[in-house]
Amino acid sequence: MRFTTAIALALTAVAGIAFTSPASAGILDTVKARGQLLCGVSGKVPGFSAPDAKGVWSGLDVDYCRAVAAAVFNDPEKVKFVPVTTTERFTALQSGEIDVLARNTTWTFSRDANIGLDFVGIMFHDGQGFMVNKKLGVTSVKGLNGASICIQNGTTTEQVVSDYFTANGMKYEPVAFESADEAAKIYDSGRCDVYTTDASGLAARRTTLSNPKDHVILPEIISKEPLGPAVRQGDQQWSHITRWVLFAMINAEELGVTSKNVDQMKASKNPDVRRLIGEDDSVYSDKFGLTKDWAFRAIKLVGNYGEVFDRNVGPATALGLERGPNQLWIKGGLLFAPPLR
Amino acid sequence: MPFSRYLRDRKTRGYAIQAVVLAVILLGGTWLILNAAENLRRAGIASGFAFLDKPAGFEISFKLIDFSARSTYGRAFFVGLTNTLLVASLGIVFATVLGFVVGVARLSRNWLLSRLAAAYIGTIRNIPLMLQLMFWYIAMLTPLPLPRNALNLADLFFLSNRGLFMPRPAPLDDFWPVAAAIVAGLAAAIAYALWTRGHWRRTGRRLPLLWPVLALVVLPAAVVRLIGGPALDFDIPKLAGFNFAGGIRIPPEFLALWLALTLYSGGFIAETVRAGINAVAHGQVEAARALGLPAGPTMRRIVIPQAMRVIIPPMTSQYLNLLKNSSLAVIVGFPDLVAVFAGSTLNQTGQSIETLSITMAVFLTISLAISALMNWYNRRVALVER
Amino acid sequence: MTDRFFLREAAEPVLPAPRTTVGAAGWLRTNLFFSGWGALVTVIAVALAVAIFLPLVDWAIIQAHWTGETRAACLDAEGKKAFGACWAFIEVRFSTLMYGFYPVDERWRVNLFAGLTLAALVLPSLLSGLGRIWGTRFLALAVLFPLGWLLLHGGVLGLPMVETSKWGGLMLTLIIAGSGMVCSFPLGILLALGRRSELPVIRTASIVFIEVVRGVPLVTVLFMASVMLPLFLPNGVTIDKLMRAIVGVSLFTAAYVAEVMRGGLQAIPKGQYEAAQAIGLSYWRQMRLVILPQAMRIVIPGILNTYIGLLKDTTLVAVIGLVDLIGIIAAATADPAWLGFATEGYVFVGLLFWVLCYGMSRYGLRLEYTLAKATRR
Repeated sequence: MRFTTAIALALTAVAGIAFTSPASAGILDTVKARGQLLCGVSGKVPGFSAPDAKGVWSGLDVDYCRAVAAAVFNDPEKVKFVPVTTTERFTALQSGEIDVLARNTTWTFSRDANIGLDFVGIMFHDGQGFMVNKKLGVTSVKGLNGASICIQNGTTTEQVVSDYFTANGMKYEPVAFESADEAAKIYDSGRCDVYTTDASGLAARRTTLSNPKDHVILPEIISKEPLGPAVRQGDQQWSHITRWVLFAMINAEELGVTSKNVDQMKASKNPDVRRLIGEDDSVYSDKFGLTKDWAFRAIKLVGNYGEVFDRNVGPATALGLERGPNQLWIKGGLLFAPPLR
Repeated sequence: MPFSRYLRDRKTRGYAIQAVVLAVILLGGTWLILNAAENLRRAGIASGFAFLDKPAGFEISFKLIDFSARSTYGRAFFVGLTNTLLVASLGIVFATVLGFVVGVARLSRNWLLSRLAAAYIGTIRNIPLMLQLMFWYIAMLTPLPLPRNALNLADLFFLSNRGLFMPRPAPLDDFWPVAAAIVAGLAAAIAYALWTRGHWRRTGRRLPLLWPVLALVVLPAAVVRLIGGPALDFDIPKLAGFNFAGGIRIPPEFLALWLALTLYSGGFIAETVRAGINAVAHGQVEAARALGLPAGPTMRRIVIPQAMRVIIPPMTSQYLNLLKNSSLAVIVGFPDLVAVFAGSTLNQTGQSIETLSITMAVFLTISLAISALMNWYNRRVALVER
Repeated sequence: MTDRFFLREAAEPVLPAPRTTVGAAGWLRTNLFFSGWGALVTVIAVALAVAIFLPLVDWAIIQAHWTGETRAACLDAEGKKAFGACWAFIEVRFSTLMYGFYPVDERWRVNLFAGLTLAALVLPSLLSGLGRIWGTRFLALAVLFPLGWLLLHGGVLGLPMVETSKWGGLMLTLIIAGSGMVCSFPLGILLALGRRSELPVIRTASIVFIEVVRGVPLVTVLFMASVMLPLFLPNGVTIDKLMRAIVGVSLFTAAYVAEVMRGGLQAIPKGQYEAAQAIGLSYWRQMRLVILPQAMRIVIPGILNTYIGLLKDTTLVAVIGLVDLIGIIAAATADPAWLGFATEGYVFVGLLFWVLCYGMSRYGLRLEYTLAKATRR
C-alpha cells in the first residue's frame, strides 16, 4: 500500500497549501492576519479594473481597494486583486474568497435584501446607455425598434433593457453572453446593431473596438445604475471601515485635501479637515478597528475621489469621461458623503 | 470468540467497512449541508424554490414556447429546456446520418474518398469542440454581410450575420382539402408500398415502386388544387428596418451550435460505424457476393444490420456526449438550459445551489432516458441465440 | 511417334501484367476509377478536396504574413485587414500563450517543471516491461505534481509567490489536464473496484457517483466548483479557484476512467479471481498482484482515449474565468494593438491541441499493438 500512502501524502501536501487558515474572527482580523486584502474585481474593464501588460493593476475600483489597504496596512500594495466573473462574484463574496467586491456592481433592492450583500456606498453614478454603429444613422433609442442587442446575461442591464422596450412598445432581439468582453466583441463583428451596458462601460469598451470612431453612444440614459463596492452581510465593523474609506475619499475632495497637500493639512485650522485626517480625535473610537489616522493614510497613499477619478477615467484618459453626476454636490453633482463628525 | 477473530472474519469486516463508509458519507453530507445552511443564513441569502414563480424580467430571443419578460423563472426554465432538447435532437439526427456516410466512405474502395473521410475524422476528433464552436461562430458566421448585403438565393433564401432566412409556408383558408388529399395520397402510397413488398415475397417479382408512389402522393393533391384554387402561400422574408421580417429565421447562434455539434459528433460516430462494419465477419460479405447481391444491398441488408449490434452501445454514449456538449451554447450566446437557467436565472436570483441542482438533475434525467431508449433498441437488434 | 506427345520443357515467358493493373494508371484504375460510379465519386471528391484545401493553403501559407511587431504588418495598403493569416500575431504573443502572465523572471520554474515531467515520462522507458513502465511513470508523476505545485506557486524555500491567477496559457492547460490525469487514475480504479464490490453500500455509492457524474455536462460541474462549492465549506475556508477546477475535472474524469476500468476487470476470467483467492491473498493483494496488472493491459488504450477527451475538455475552464489558451487568445484580441485576429489565434490553438491529441492517439494505437503482442500466438 505504499502507492496509496504516497498519493495520500501528496494530496495532503497540496491541500495544505491550497487551504487558507479558517477564521471565525471578524473580517478585519482575518485581513490583518493574512497581511493582504482580497479584492474581487472584474479585471477586464479599462478604467475600472484591468492589469496592464506587466500585470500592474489600475482603475477606479482598483484604487478604492488600494485605499482600503492603505487605511488598514499603511501600504496600498497589500492587496491581491482576484478577477471574478459575473456569475461567481456574489458567491465569492459570500464564501469569503474575497473581502471586498469592487466590480462595477449595481446597488439594487434585491441584491441588498436577498443575496446577502451589503453595499457600502456609491462609487460611481452610472446609467444604462446604448452604443450603435454610426452607419445605422440612429440618433435616439426610440429608433431601435426591431434591433438585435448584444448584452451580458445575468446583469441588471438585461432586465432594464427589457423593461424599457416593453414600456415603449418596441421589440428587440437579445443576444446574451456570459462575459461582457464577448458581448462587446460580437457587437464589434456586426452581429448586433446595438451594444448596451452602463454608460461608463460603453466608453470603456469603445476604446477596445476595432474602429472606435465608427461608433456613437446614444444620448439617452434609461436607468440609474449606482455602482459601488459591496461586502458580505453580518460584519458591522468591516462594513463601517469599507464604507468610511469611500466617504473619506469623497469628503477629502470636498475639503480640498489631496495626496500632495495632506501633510501640510496637518497644520490646518479647519475642524472638518482635522477630524478627517485624525489630528482631532474627539469623534474617534477604538471600536472602529483602525488607528485614528486611517483616512490620512488612504488619502496620502492613494488620493481623494477627484484625483482617483481623473487618473483613471477622467477627460485626460482614454475613456475621457466628464465628472457629470459624479461631481461633488456643492458643484452641482450627486456625490455626497455624510460628514465625518 | 476473541475480538481479533471478529476483525479477521470476512463477513464482520464487510459490515464494519460498510458501516464506516456509510457513516463517512452521511456525516460528510450533513456537514456540507449544515455549512451551506449556516452560510446562507449568515449571509442572508434567500433559499428555496419560491423564485420559480417570480417574473424573470429578461427576454429570451430564441424560444419554442411563449415567453416574455413578465413570464416566470419557471417558464424560463422550460424555454431553456426545449431549446436544449431541440438542438440536441437535431444534432443527434444529423450527426447520425453524417457519421454513417463518413464511416462507410472511410471504408470505401475509392482511395481518395477514404483518405478524405480519414482526414475529416482525424481533424475533427482531435480539436476541442469549444474551439470548433468558436470557429463556426466567430470566424464563419458573424463575419457574414449585414442583412442589406445578405447572400441571396433566388430572392427566397437569405444568409446574413443575423442568420438564415427562408420562406415559411402559410396555409390559406382553402388549405384543408389539399392537406386531406395529401394525407390520403400518403396513406395510399404506404399501403401500395407494403403490398408490393408482400408481392415480392410471395412471387419473387418486384413491381415498380417509385413512379406509382409519386403519382399516388401528388395526383390527388393536384386535382383538389386545380378544382379549389390556391391553398398555400409562402411568407417570404423581406428586408425591413434593421433586419429581415417574415419567413423562418434560424439565428447564427443556433446554426453555429448545431453545425459544431453535428460535425464533431459525426466524426466520432463515423469511427464507431467503421469499427462496427469491420467487426462483421468477412464471410458474410463473401457469401452475399456469392449469392450475386450487388454492393449496395450487401451493405444495406447484410453488413449494416449485423454491424448495428456492435455500433449501438458506443453510439449511445456518443448521443449522451452530444446532449451534454450542447451545454456549450453558453459560449455562443444561444439560450439553452445552462445559459438561461444556470446563467441568467442564477445571476438574477443569486440562488446558485437551487439553479445548479435543477440543471444537473434535468441533464441526468434526459441522459438516463436516452440510455433507456437505446438499451431497449439494443435488445431488439441483439443477436437472438437459440 | 515422338510427335504423339507434347512435353513442354521450357516455361512460357511470363507476360507482363495487363497494363491496366500496374503503374500509375493501374493504381488509378483499381483505387479511383474502378467503376462508373467510382469515377463519379472520385471526381466529386477531387472537387471537394480542391475546394477545401486550396483556399486553406492560400490563406495559411501562401498569402500569410509571417513577421511584424504590430497589427500594421497584416494590413493592406488601405489600412484594411489583408487576406491571409497573420502569424505575426502569434509570434508576438507566443510567450503569453505558453506561460500566461507568469512573471518573466520566474519562468525557469515552469521550464524546470516541464523538464522534470518529461523526464518522468521518458526515463522509465529505459526500464523493461510495459506494465512496470506505466506504474513507475504514474508514481513519478504522483510525486512530481504536488512538488511541482510548490515549485510553481512558490512562497516556500525563498521562491517568490506566484498567484495561480497569473498562471495561464498552455502551461495552465497542461497543469489542469496533467493533474486531472494523475488524480482521476487512482480514484477511477477505486470506483471501478467499488462498483464490482460485494458490499452493497460501497457498490451503491460507487454506482450513484459514476452514473450521476456521467449524466451531467462538465460545464455544470465547473460552475458547481466555482459558484456552489464555496458555499458548502465552513465560513472562512476557501480553496484556490484553480484547485477547485482541478478537483471538478478530476472527479468528472474519474467516473469515465472507472467505466473503462470496469470493462477491463470484467474481461479477466473468473478463474484468475478464484486462483488468487485460493492461494490465500487478501483482497487488496489479489487486486494489486493478480487482477489489476492483467486488467491494466486491456484498459490502457481506453484510458488514454479518456485522457484525450480530458485534454480537450480543459478548454471549458475558460467559462469560469481561468485564462487557459482560449482565455489568452480572448485577452490578446482585446488588445487595441491586435484587434481582429481572433481567427489566427483560434486556428493556432486548434493546431496545438491537434498535435497533442493526435500524438496521444497514435501512441495509444502503438501501445494497443504492443500490448496485444503478449497474447498473440
